[in-house]
This record gives sequence, structure tokens and C-alpha cells, in this order.
Amino acid sequence: MMPADAMPPVPGVATTADSSTKRGGAAIAADPPEPFVAKIAVRNLNFYYGKTRALKDISLEVPERRVTAFIGPSGCGKSTLLRTFNRMFELYHDQRAEGEVLLDGENILHSKTNVARIRSKIGMVFQKPTPFPMTIYDNIAFGIRLYERLSRGELDARVEGCLRQAALWDEVKDKLSALGTSLSGGQQQRLCIARTIAVRPEVLLLDEPCSALDPISTAKIEELIYQLKSEYTVVIVTHNMQQAARASDYTAFMYLGELVEFDQTRKIFTAPRESRTEDYITGRFG
Amino acid sequence: MISLYARRRAVNVLASSLMFLATAIGLFFLAWILWTTLRLGIHAMHWDLFVKDTPAPGADGYGLRNAFVGSLILMVIALVIGVPVGLMAGTWLAEYGGRSRSAALVRFVNDIMLSAPSIEIGLFTYAILVAPMGHFSALSGGVALAILMIPIIVRTTDEMLRLVAGEMREAAIALGAPMWQVVTRITWKAARAGILTGILIALARISGETAPLLFTALNNQFYSTDLKHPIANLPVVIFQFAMSPYDNWQQMAWAAAFIAITFILVLNVCSRLLLKGTVKRS
Amino acid sequence: MERTRAAADRDLKPAAEENRSAGGARALSADFLFRYVALAMALLVGATLVAVVVAIAYDSWPAIKVFGVWGFLKGRTWDPVSEHFGAFPFIVGTLVSSTIAMVLAVPLSFGIAVFISELAPSWMRQPVSSAIEMLASVPSIVYGLWGLLVFAPQFANVEPWINDHLGAIPGIGVLFQGPPMGIGMLAAGIVLAIMILPYITAIMRDVFVATPVRLKESAYAMGATTWEVARKILLPYTRTAVTGGIFLGLGRALGETMAVTFVIGNSDNLSASLLMPGASIPSVIANEFTEATTKLYVSSLIYLGLVLIGITLIVQGLAVLLLGTVGRGARAPS
Repeated sequence: MMPADAMPPVPGVATTADSSTKRGGAAIAADPPEPFVAKIAVRNLNFYYGKTRALKDISLEVPERRVTAFIGPSGCGKSTLLRTFNRMFELYHDQRAEGEVLLDGENILHSKTNVARIRSKIGMVFQKPTPFPMTIYDNIAFGIRLYERLSRGELDARVEGCLRQAALWDEVKDKLSALGTSLSGGQQQRLCIARTIAVRPEVLLLDEPCSALDPISTAKIEELIYQLKSEYTVVIVTHNMQQAARASDYTAFMYLGELVEFDQTRKIFTAPRESRTEDYITGRFG
Repeated sequence: MISLYARRRAVNVLASSLMFLATAIGLFFLAWILWTTLRLGIHAMHWDLFVKDTPAPGADGYGLRNAFVGSLILMVIALVIGVPVGLMAGTWLAEYGGRSRSAALVRFVNDIMLSAPSIEIGLFTYAILVAPMGHFSALSGGVALAILMIPIIVRTTDEMLRLVAGEMREAAIALGAPMWQVVTRITWKAARAGILTGILIALARISGETAPLLFTALNNQFYSTDLKHPIANLPVVIFQFAMSPYDNWQQMAWAAAFIAITFILVLNVCSRLLLKGTVKRS
Repeated sequence: MERTRAAADRDLKPAAEENRSAGGARALSADFLFRYVALAMALLVGATLVAVVVAIAYDSWPAIKVFGVWGFLKGRTWDPVSEHFGAFPFIVGTLVSSTIAMVLAVPLSFGIAVFISELAPSWMRQPVSSAIEMLASVPSIVYGLWGLLVFAPQFANVEPWINDHLGAIPGIGVLFQGPPMGIGMLAAGIVLAIMILPYITAIMRDVFVATPVRLKESAYAMGATTWEVARKILLPYTRTAVTGGIFLGLGRALGETMAVTFVIGNSDNLSASLLMPGASIPSVIANEFTEATTKLYVSSLIYLGLVLIGITLIVQGLAVLLLGTVGRGARAPS
């Protein structure tokens, strides 16, 4: 296996997101125009569920304001890796991580790091839509109120802004006081994304955000992801290779807790260097 | 072969009939008890029951006002103590204790307390409150009822909170919300109907409890709202009046029983509807 | 996409950043407080059982000192005047009334549970189930009232028949001889049986319904009758939980106070006949507690309570252990 951080940065083809006219699910993500800035850097990360080692010496750099996809067969550790980025694993007694995860150079895993602050900078959207048991408005306002005291007017504006950004505003503007659970699955997931960006994170972690959704909702979410990357660093875990190919700029292929290959999505899907990656991409296992 | 088959069929028919009979017996006794209480209770209904206090032994007249007020006071005390304790303990079990050994131990003890004889709770409260204070009191009665409520509330809170999807909890934590806000604003809210159901069931359970009150709140022939003194209450009034030779007292016992049963059934129906509502929504 | 709005939002960020750290510190202490209050309440709940046993044992101490353990358990006299107290008649009364209740309630519960889970047409299941559960919500004081004023007089009419027929059987006949008073051990046992019926039924029904359908279906597919499925599939498959449910019912029967106090007759004389009045531990405590004047008398009554705790704790501990995870679901409010 080739350590990811030993790879030279790859200059991309100059097509920017904004100039791309191809929109929607079918668009192949554009390559980054230049060597990237690492938003999150993972160094020699090991992760344990009890005595089981679920991540083995992972090192990689997540580029800023790009979409990075983690792919691999189930159980390969892609979700586990994602959940170290906001220390989600700490909720469970028998899980622990060793190594470094740096957000803008600050070690997230350090015990003195303020978890709440980290989590306000790194938002997360889960596999199943998880609207809170409150109104659509309060779902968004919940996160904002955790960190800021805003007047009613400011709060209204923020809620509207987030819902617009999540492409949900037009569908819910007349029923903001309805329960979040009254929305359809796809709308619920966009509500969760709106809720997450309401806290103004810098990084968005998406843990298989479309696996519980129908194809139309999936297309909407993918388009949303595409738009969000102009402002956020997006990391998406997916078991759907087409989704990774469509929506991401960089792809990390993981297998059995190891990072097998990390590169620009285009290269991973057209000319993988590792045979295991090729086998997985072409559907020979997994 | 035929004869074996016939025999098996005969056994089955006999057994099925017996099962039907068992169900009929169970339903018969329910109907008998409810019907008796309804008939004699309504027969004894009298406006004076609600506006006058219990009459002296041998005196004419009707009155249960002091017992109604007393029972209400006892229930309020029980709720004020039992709900916070039960809710917080159940919350700890579901949100913090999880599958740890200490949580398992607390659950085990709680399960035993759930069906502990109520008379023991009465004796316990007598030992820790009545004996040291030197006299029976409404307060000790409320405490005894609270101790009976708590295991039910703990159990339902624990179970209902554990039914809340872990993803919802994680989503709130991922936003950076501190645990206490996640619990109070997300998971309690999500499990609201179930927790409330548990409280209603607990209230139904204690509203007919008599044994623990015999050693704590006792009874009071007069109207009293003093928490430091014995207080009248429906169950003990039923107990004393039923055993009495006076006709009006026995009638009042039936009236009180009817009202108590009605109250409990209403609580049960409410809790059922509440729970059904949630199941449908989720 | 609202690019201008987003840009404006970014400008506000430093202010938000300040609030973040402040919020973090405030949240931490509230978090700490909430967690430890919850923990304290859980510990309180966990400690109640021990506290109950210790407090009752403490208050029994004067009686324990005078009568000892075996002396109290085997003592046959209960004489408040000479202050000589022995628990034997009440222990026997408790065990006998509970045994009668179990003998009647277990088969009935089994029948009802199988009826609900296997025999009844689907529209009947829920109503029958709820009706049987309703028996559990009738307060015990109402059982007592009904038992004393309604059931006992009726039962007194049946007792001559019991006397004539069951009383004539050699060997066990002696159990069923006596004057037709209505109240007594047998009446108490019957009322207890009705009271514990819903608890045992609920657990049996839940575990029968939860038995995997494929198991039942494969038996039916082989041509098994309902009875055979119930006896050979359901019962063995759910044995542990069913036993747990039975112990749970027993625990309730042993500790039941009010209903028994009304109908058992309250006599501290031991009698061979089940038709004769007796007394159980809870009934004697309930009857005499407020009349007890001397310290030793009160202490002896509390000592009876300690004996009862000893018996019920074992039974309930077994019930909870046997029900284990199956019971957790089964005994939740449905």
C-alpha cells in the first residue's frame, strides 16, 4: 500500500465549478485547478472497537472546498474514518482512536480540544434523515441557538438563508411551523443539511446521505452537494460508486481498514494504480 | 391410523373448549366486578358526597369531600417527588448507563421494586418518616406513593428513551449540542408520549393503593390539608367503611370504589390513546 | 444560490466565534450538573431496595432480640395481651392462599393466553386482551370490597356443595370440610387468583405471540392441532419466560394485602380446612398495625414484614432473572 501523504499533489485540468454548464446528477465532477490546500489532515490514524482494529495507519489529506468521497465495501472503515473527524465515536465507551486528525493544523483528537467548537466547525449529515421532534423552523434554529444569540428577525433571515441554500425553501416556506417529520424522506434529508449548515461549519461530513432515498431525491441532494463545495469542504461516504464518480473531486478507496488509494476521482475511476481498486470499481468484489 | 387421528382431534376440541372456558371465566369475573361496582356505585351517588365531609360513626348522611381532597393532595405530592426522580433515573439508565454493569444492576433492582408488595413500601415509609416524626402524616403518605410510582416511571422512561433512534442523538451531538440539551430538547421530546404514558400508568397504579397509606397518611374524619397531619383518602375510607356495620358507610364505600375505578380506567384509556397516537406518527 | 447572503454571513463569523467559546464553557457546567443529578437519581433508585430491607430490619430489631429467628418463624401463638408473638400461622396462611391462587390462576392464564394468541379470530384478540388487562387495573381495595360484600355471600351458597362432594374424598377431603361462611382461605385464594391472572396472562400472551411464526407454521403445516402446537411448540419455546411470569404472579399473590384482608377471615388459628378463616402476613399487619400500642407489638408486626420481604425477594428475584430480556418487552405497557 502506498501512503497517501507520500503522493505528490496532482495538478488538475482547469475547469472550475462555476464555469461548468453541466448540472445535475449526470455531470462528471470537475478537476481542481491547482494543488490543493489540506483542510483536514489525517496522520497515522488507528481506530479500535474494543480490541478490534478497524482503521490501520490511515494518512490522507482532505482538500479544502472540494468534495472528497470515501468508497469501499461495507465494513472497510469509511464511516468509521468519517466519525473520527468530529469525535462522534466518543459517545461509545469501547471505541478509541490513536493518531492525529488535524483541522487547519489543530489536532481534533487532542483531549484538550473543545469538542463543541470542533463540532460547530464540522457538520455532519447521517444516513437516515434525522429531523428532530420539533417544527421545521426549530429544527434549523436549534443549532443556531446553541452558539449565537440572535434577534427574531436575524434568526428568521438565517433560517430562510439556510433553507434556500439547501434548496428547500420553496417547498416549505408556507409550513415552517409543521413538524420536521411531516416532510418526505428527501425533504427531510435536505432539512438535515440545512440544519447542519445553519451552524456555519467549514466542513460537511455526509455519511451515505442518499442511501435511504429514492433516485429523484438523490439527484437533488447530489446537485446540492455540488453547489455546496464552493463554500464548504465536503466529505461524503458512499457505497454507490456512480455517486462518488458523479459528485466528488477526490476519491479515497478503502478496504479492510486500510486506505488503498487516494487520488482525483477521475483518475481513480479511469486509471487506478492499485489492482484492488480496479477490482472494486469494476465490480469484481464488494 | 384413523383412530389416532380421531383421538388427536378429540383432544384438540376438548383443549380448545377449555381455553375458551378459561377466557370466559376471566371475562365473567371482570364483568361481575365492574357491574357490581357500577350498579352499587351509581346507586349510592349523591350530591352530598362531593360537598360534605365523611360523617361520624353511626351518624346519618353522606360525604367524601375530605377524602377526595386528601387523595388529590397525596397524588400531587407523589407526582412532585416521583416524576423528577423517576424521569432523571430513567434518563440516566437510557442515556448514560446504557449497557454498563451498574445500569444493569439498577434495572434489576428497579424491576424488583416494580412488583414489590406495596405493604412493604408502607412499612418502609413508616420506618423512615412516621416513626422519626412521631405521627402519621399526609407527607409520608405522598412519599410512600411516590416510591411506588418511581419504578414504573423509571422503567417506561428508560425503555421509551432507548427506542429513540440513535441517529437523532448523534445528529444533535454532531451539531455540537451538549448532552443535557440533546436529552432535554431532543430525546425527551421524541419520547414524550411514551414517558407521559408511564406517568399516567403510575398514577393509575397508586390511585387505588391502600396498604401503604395505612401506615403513613392513615385517615382523617375531618377536612384537612395539613401535610404534617393524617389526611383522609379514598382507599382507606373504602377500607374502613366497607368493614363497618353502618349502611350509609357501606354505600359510600361503593360510591368511592366506583369513582376510583372510573378515574383509573380514564387514565388507562388516556395512556392507551396517547401511545397509539405516537405509534401512528412514527 | 444566494451568494451575496452567504458572503454577508461570513462577515458575521467572528462575532459568532466569540459566542461559541462562551457557550462551550456554560454548556459544560450544565452538562456536568445534569449528568450527575441523573446519576444521583439512578443511584437513589438502585439503593431503595437495600434501604427498604435495612430500615425494616432495623425496626424489627426489638422483636428479633426477644423472639430470635427460629423462635419467631416457628412460634404458633400470636397474643398481643401477653406480648408473645410467633409468625407460623401467618406464614402458613400466606403460602396456602398463594398456592390456591397459583393452582387456579396458572392454568386459566395459560388457557387465556393460548386463546388470544392462537384460537381467537383476529377481531377478538385485542378486545379480549385489553379486557383481561383491565383486571390488573382494578385496585386491590375494590377486589376486597367486592370479595367481602358480593363474592363471599355467593360463595357461601356453593360451599355446602364443596363440603358434600370434595369433602367426601378420602385423603384431601379434610381440606374441604367446614361451615359455609363464604370468607376463608379458599375464598382468599380465589380472589387472589383473579387478581394475578392478568399479570401471568400478559406475559404468556406476549411470549406466545412473539414466538417465531415460521416455527408455529411449520408445526401447523405438519398437521399439528392447535393444542399440540401450544403444548409442544409454544410452551417449550417460551418455558423460561413463562416460568418467570408465574413467579411474578406468585410474588404479587404473596404480598397482596387489601383483598386478602377483606376475605381471608382474619383468624390466627391454624385449621386444616381451606373453608375456615385464616390470616396471611400482609393481612395481619394491615389489620393490627394501627391498633398496636406497645413497642414490641409494632416491632413484631414489622418483623412479619421482614419475613415477607425475605420470601417475596427470592420469588421476585427469580422472576426478574427468568424474564430477563424477554420480559423487558413483555412487561412494558402495551
